[in-house]
Amino acid sequence: MSFNPQLNADGSLRHLLTIDGLPRAILTHILDTADGFITINEQEVKKVPLLRGKAIFNLFFEPSTRTRTTFEIAAKRLSADVINLNISASSQSKGETLLDTVDNLAAMQADMFVVRHAQSGAAHMIARHVAPHIHVVNAGDGRHAHPTQGLLDMLTIRKYKGEFHNLCVAIVGDVLHSRVARSQIHALTTLGVPEVRVIAPKTLLPTGVEQMGVQVYYDMALGLRNVDVVIILRLQNERMRGALLPSAQEYFKYYGLTPEKLSYARADAIVMHPGPMNRGVEIDSTVADGKQSVILPQVTYGIAVRMAVMSLLAGN
Amino acid sequence: MKIQIKNGRVIDPKSRFDQITDIYIAAGKIVAIGDEPQGFHANRVIDASGCIVCPGLVDLAARLREPGFEYRATLESEMNAACAGGVTSLACPPDTDPPLDEPGLVEMLKFRAQNLNQARVYPIGALTQKLEGLRLTEMAELRDAGCVGFSQADAAITDTQVLVRALEYAATFGFTVWLRPQDAYLARGGVAHDGFVATRLGLPAIPHSAETIAVATILLLVRETGARVHLCRLSSAQAIDMVRQAKVDGLGISCDVSINHLHLSEMDIGYFDPNYHLVPPLRTTRDRDAIRAGLASGTIDALCSNHTPVDDDAKQMPFGEAEPGATGLELLLPLALKWADEDRIDLLDAIARITLDPARVLGLDAGYLAVGHVADLCLFDPEKRWRVEPAALRSQGKNTPFLGYEMQATVVYTLIEGQIVFDAAAP
Repeated sequence: MSFNPQLNADGSLRHLLTIDGLPRAILTHILDTADGFITINEQEVKKVPLLRGKAIFNLFFEPSTRTRTTFEIAAKRLSADVINLNISASSQSKGETLLDTVDNLAAMQADMFVVRHAQSGAAHMIARHVAPHIHVVNAGDGRHAHPTQGLLDMLTIRKYKGEFHNLCVAIVGDVLHSRVARSQIHALTTLGVPEVRVIAPKTLLPTGVEQMGVQVYYDMALGLRNVDVVIILRLQNERMRGALLPSAQEYFKYYGLTPEKLSYARADAIVMHPGPMNRGVEIDSTVADGKQSVILPQVTYGIAVRMAVMSLLAGN
Repeated sequence: MKIQIKNGRVIDPKSRFDQITDIYIAAGKIVAIGDEPQGFHANRVIDASGCIVCPGLVDLAARLREPGFEYRATLESEMNAACAGGVTSLACPPDTDPPLDEPGLVEMLKFRAQNLNQARVYPIGALTQKLEGLRLTEMAELRDAGCVGFSQADAAITDTQVLVRALEYAATFGFTVWLRPQDAYLARGGVAHDGFVATRLGLPAIPHSAETIAVATILLLVRETGARVHLCRLSSAQAIDMVRQAKVDGLGISCDVSINHLHLSEMDIGYFDPNYHLVPPLRTTRDRDAIRAGLASGTIDALCSNHTPVDDDAKQMPFGEAEPGATGLELLLPLALKWADEDRIDLLDAIARITLDPARVLGLDAGYLAVGHVADLCLFDPEKRWRVEPAALRSQGKNTPFLGYEMQATVVYTLIEGQIVFDAAAP
């Protein structure tokens, strides 16, 4: 398979599965479109008819509040019909295969599937399977990708920093298990950020991560020096149970973002987090709620980005 | 039935014979190569012009899926696939359901296979009961029932003391223990090689060390126990180096690789194609090159199909959840020839790796052509191309990473004990 499964023959976007391999022009086009939707979202009447009559299925095989809600709001503001399915609780437990579930929903005249699944590659598999008129948006697959999160982070960075070509961005934390980090790294390198760093203990970094175009740091003081954007990743509690890390306390001491550690970065650095946050584990509350934090605007921009993606894929 | 095979290029890896000539078969045996014996009247004459006649293939790993997995494949379907692939002898791993850990199960399998009158089936018995890695099976009883070696298939022995005892006990009787080297802890949860591809795709990974640590352990225990071990499905360059050194040191060790690992690497996974979810995982191109070189030099004794038919439902899943494995019986010959062609390997050596050499690993008097020897042979057209697609495969398993590939050799006839068990022209 040498073709890019998310592009049409003419190079336009058919699905959004990953940022890996997407040309800069497409990313920029999505960000520009999202920019337009930010103003709509600030108006009193927040609806546009771009997806009127379209049926969008939110297929969540893994629990999610924020992502599912923002996808739902985005679809509704585009006037689509939205159907939310929490699959882990229904047919999968009855033994129906993933593709059977998809076939049944496709037979209900779906136009788009927004998919979240615990397995890397699930969205690709669904995209390979569905009829040509159906679009698939990956809302997070295993450790692989979360492209709309990556894009909303880029929109946030562009809003606060203006350009990408002169930035230094550090991603801190559990890169190994993070689909968000992978999408961010691809987006940042594609958009021309000259220096992308990852900072974490070795147990939380995947093999060969430097080949994704990042510089590896194990020390926050060195890694955050002269950084314009600090992205903190969520550290799931379950990571403490194995041998990856000794304790949340030690992690916070060495890698948690405190005001002191943030002071290593540029004075005008912004702090981002994809949520949900573990305060006192990967980020100190003072920082999370501080004036450098853009964590809540990220959520707002998430709606605009998802509107942009859905309207570009299936817009009338 | 007397058969004359005319004008074929006869290749025998044992005597290193390679000549266009005739073969005469009577009463299940080769009665002459070259001149027609006096008074020979063929019932059937096969014109082998342009074709190669070689010993029937010997495959060290073919899962026939019986008992227990008949929805994936049956003995009938897979024995047909073997014949269509030119395979006349095959070893089957014990990971059936239930596993081959009792003489009755082995006898039943042998009986069912014999009634089909096709490829010779050599069961590998379970090394531990239920393949749980805890208690030894009745190896001597299983040998009497027909087992030619003992294995854990892809199941782990995590307790090294059990492994030591299994090796000691097997060595007592001179049995060969077949082990796929893998440290169960290092491989836990992994579905792809621990390298850049798995990192980019976000797939849980299995490092090289999962294999090399296990190989190191096994080699040390072979030295200590004197057991004879066959290492199955090596996947890493370093493991092959370790085996090379062990052979120099005179250890009783042999090893094989699969057709998939001979040709593919992690890069081929592409966009999560579940057909590339294999055990062990596809590794780097450097590992693949070492496998090709090791097979050429003979450090790796044999090439096997690692035939693992998987049903569609189990394969059409996200990469990590998809059942690993690939169908292979019908691809063993063409993929061996593809390797020979690409790496300029002497045809005699390439054929030896799928006939004579695996027969030696099994301790069989097979895999060669000689007057007076049983007539198990494969006749193939080296120029007749075919495309791998589900309809072209007789195996019930249609899962293979080579779907869509063009193969450059086609089996025309397969003979077992002088009987034509496969005729490509037959309807």
